[in-house]
Amino acid sequence: MSQTTMKIAIKNGRVVDPRHGIDAPRDLFIADGKIAAVLPAGQTPDGFAADRTLDAAGQLVLPGVVDLAARLPGLEPELEAAVAGGVTRLACPPDSDPPMDEPELVERLVRRAQDAGLARVHPVGALTQGLAGEKLAEMAGLAAEGCVAFSQAKRAVRESQSLLRALQYAATFDFPVWCYPQNLSLARGGVAHDGEVAARLGLPGIPVVAETVAIAQIVELCRATGVRIHLTRLSSAAGVALVRAAKAQGLPLSADVAVHHLHLTDEDIGFFNNLTRVDPPLRTAADRAALREGLADGTLAAVCSDHTPLADDERQVPFGEATPGVSAVELLLPLTLAWAREAGVPLATAVARLTCDPAALLGVAGGDLGAGAPADVVLFDPEATWTADADTLVSRGRNTPFLGRTVTGRTSATLVGGRLVYARQD
Amino acid sequence: MLSKPLPDAEAQVAELAAKIRPDLTADTALVGIFSGGAWLAERLREVLGIDAPVGMIDVSFYRDDFGEKGLHPQVKPTSIPFEVEGRHLILVDDVLYTGRTTRAALNEIFDYGRPAAVDLAVLADRGGRELPIAAQYCVWDVELDDGEELILEKDEGGTLSWKLGTL
Amino acid sequence: MADLLSTPPTPASPQLGADGRLLHLLSTEGLPRQTITHILDTAKSFLEVSDRDVKKVPLLRGKSVFNLFFENSTRTRTTFEIAAKRLSADVINLDVSRSSTAKGETLLDTIDNLCSMHADMFVVRHATSGAPFLIAEHLARTGRHDIRVVNAGDGRHAHPTQGLLDMYTIRHYKGDFAGLTVAIVGDILHSRVARSDIHALRALGCGEIRAVGPKTLLPAHLEAQGVKVFHNLEEGLKDCDVVIMLRLQNERMDGALLPSASEYFKRFGLTPAKLKLAKPDAIVMHPGPMNRGIEIDSAVADGPQAVILDQVTFGIAVRMAVMSILAGN
Repeated sequence: MSQTTMKIAIKNGRVVDPRHGIDAPRDLFIADGKIAAVLPAGQTPDGFAADRTLDAAGQLVLPGVVDLAARLPGLEPELEAAVAGGVTRLACPPDSDPPMDEPELVERLVRRAQDAGLARVHPVGALTQGLAGEKLAEMAGLAAEGCVAFSQAKRAVRESQSLLRALQYAATFDFPVWCYPQNLSLARGGVAHDGEVAARLGLPGIPVVAETVAIAQIVELCRATGVRIHLTRLSSAAGVALVRAAKAQGLPLSADVAVHHLHLTDEDIGFFNNLTRVDPPLRTAADRAALREGLADGTLAAVCSDHTPLADDERQVPFGEATPGVSAVELLLPLTLAWAREAGVPLATAVARLTCDPAALLGVAGGDLGAGAPADVVLFDPEATWTADADTLVSRGRNTPFLGRTVTGRTSATLVGGRLVYARQD
Repeated sequence: MLSKPLPDAEAQVAELAAKIRPDLTADTALVGIFSGGAWLAERLREVLGIDAPVGMIDVSFYRDDFGEKGLHPQVKPTSIPFEVEGRHLILVDDVLYTGRTTRAALNEIFDYGRPAAVDLAVLADRGGRELPIAAQYCVWDVELDDGEELILEKDEGGTLSWKLGTL
Repeated sequence: MADLLSTPPTPASPQLGADGRLLHLLSTEGLPRQTITHILDTAKSFLEVSDRDVKKVPLLRGKSVFNLFFENSTRTRTTFEIAAKRLSADVINLDVSRSSTAKGETLLDTIDNLCSMHADMFVVRHATSGAPFLIAEHLARTGRHDIRVVNAGDGRHAHPTQGLLDMYTIRHYKGDFAGLTVAIVGDILHSRVARSDIHALRALGCGEIRAVGPKTLLPAHLEAQGVKVFHNLEEGLKDCDVVIMLRLQNERMDGALLPSASEYFKRFGLTPAKLKLAKPDAIVMHPGPMNRGIEIDSAVADGPQAVILDQVTFGIAVRMAVMSILAGN
């Protein structure tokens, strides 16, 4: 019997499915790669004979996590890391090498990801050729191969006119455009938040205005073109306020935050810890509080990993020379639930920001445990404690500022399309 | 262990001065090793009526135990305010023990020039030498346990006295 | 359930050992007052050594000091070289700005290589803030606990021996720091000297620290470091005891941060007339090399209140003190 046709029962767990307003002890039944039913304990769908039963006592049973940004160098190892972190679906930014600016590249990525049979991959296409910010990429062709949105990743479109035209072209086909809200001219040369810590350590600063100026510009371009805009990786309180105001005006605008920005501030740079070198930079405790608040109230629609695995030798350089980025796909789920606990946010809200909300943004299935939905499911042990280190992380990138820190909560099993693609071995 | 009371250091200074006096020449100068030896040299200069100012040496930069013990927490500037070249010097210290401090002081003096002769004057000699060094002038041969230390103290009025400490 | 994530461990400065001893000199930030005082006291003794015929003590005999200048600075390198040689150390100058990095060798590869040549101390100058910290942490991680690192200037971050020699100079002329007003004038944003001075002045209990310069040359949030900010030189100089002029790098005068050198001199250059606003016995310092007619008028630079050449002399003694204390710890 192939795994896809296997009937699986997940029993005794606490099912949290924000899309259907469920947070209760339930048993979950899977057949033909889809959710067959979610029932109270003791009930079984008519004629369902489980080929395999997973005991989820003491565990959370969640929709698979939908990650809006994970970079996948080497593909398979990072997809294994994704499912080890409970991520069943992810958007891959176009700043790969080479950039995702040709339909063939997208087609190959999608096919290889399907062959791997791990997390589902939704490429974000390049907005401009080579991400150079000048000539438009073949957006319609890229979309036909599966691109869910278009973006410059973290690179600039130098000419505002070029940006306007790119947005107009995307709007023609109602393609969403994802913008990294950082004015690269104002951020030029900067490596850390332009605040007390940068002043003390002599690190060139990235001011908050680099973010607010960019958001203000994008908001107006959004208003002018009507294009659906998603702002990737907010970092500041002022940025959150601008997004909140723009949404209140009814603009088709959304935004997300990277999970490390919910926990860290520029104080965590300590004495030049280059594991805290991220883009956008970690800012102050007040900024972190606003990001947390924005995620809780839905101003920020999703929390993502912004997974950027780096080779160890890319960290053997001083802070300012280090490649920015964090290997985070395995910590996205536990760190988001840690935020919910600390901030007193309902578990269902936190799960929504990881599952159904980003799925809706991508316009794909997922984040859904309703009958007939693809059986992308995570079993998560909320009490398990573990240490994030070279032995426990699956990703090839060990570049996380949480390295060596104790993490509460861990994925124990992940199913994609009804197939058990990850089961923790203890 | 010393059973009897410690001798009067002031009386010993007078006694040491008396021993040195016959050998004084016009160009004799005193060099004291910080801190006890420096006080002692000042007193000897007064008693002996030497014109030349007293030189003071802190041997911290010349010690041979730097590798084990590191730099002394309180280093005083060495000051030799006279021409060393061709001069008769009397190196003054409070206690002579292993001889290593004397060795370090000799090395430092030679970085200032080549004296005609260097003598060594101490109040106390407690034996235990680890180098071929001897004092020309000494008024008290004393035996101490390994863990004991003889300390010269100076009160506010400038009076010198002995105290017994532990190493 | 305890959430360990919310309480990150407080990072300890890698320059101090567990017992508080100075293992490396990376920054004046976090240096205890008594450590700074010990360095300055020791430097005073070394100053005397420099007056002798034989300007050398045998303290570091047999030790190898590697001058690693990833950024060229003949002047600073020479002062460290003289200091190490006066301590009888063997000094090896590596012009790494040209050799290894050009061949693609990483910073830490270079360090590993030199460790195999039995280095005892690295004196490091690097264009990137934090590079000496990376080296110190690498040495600790690879078990080389006997090797010392002295930061000879990293990016805009720190130049701790310059900071300490400035403190030596101020103490030499002014004694106690408590009642002093010290003005630091010029390009503080890009100045590692200013940062090192500010931390050291605070540790020594300086009465008032002022930063004077145009907004393009002052970092944000300077007040958080206990500094009073002035944008007007006349106001900033009023009743000062010490004026530290900073060098204005040529590349700052190209119009992006300042319109021109001459406008800068008019507004922020130290002239005899402006110096009169400071206390009559105020001293004028400069880390060198000076740009006469840009940040400082020649009449001030060569005038009776300038102590700039003394700073150079004191600098050798301070570096001897730092090296000998580190080597002994």
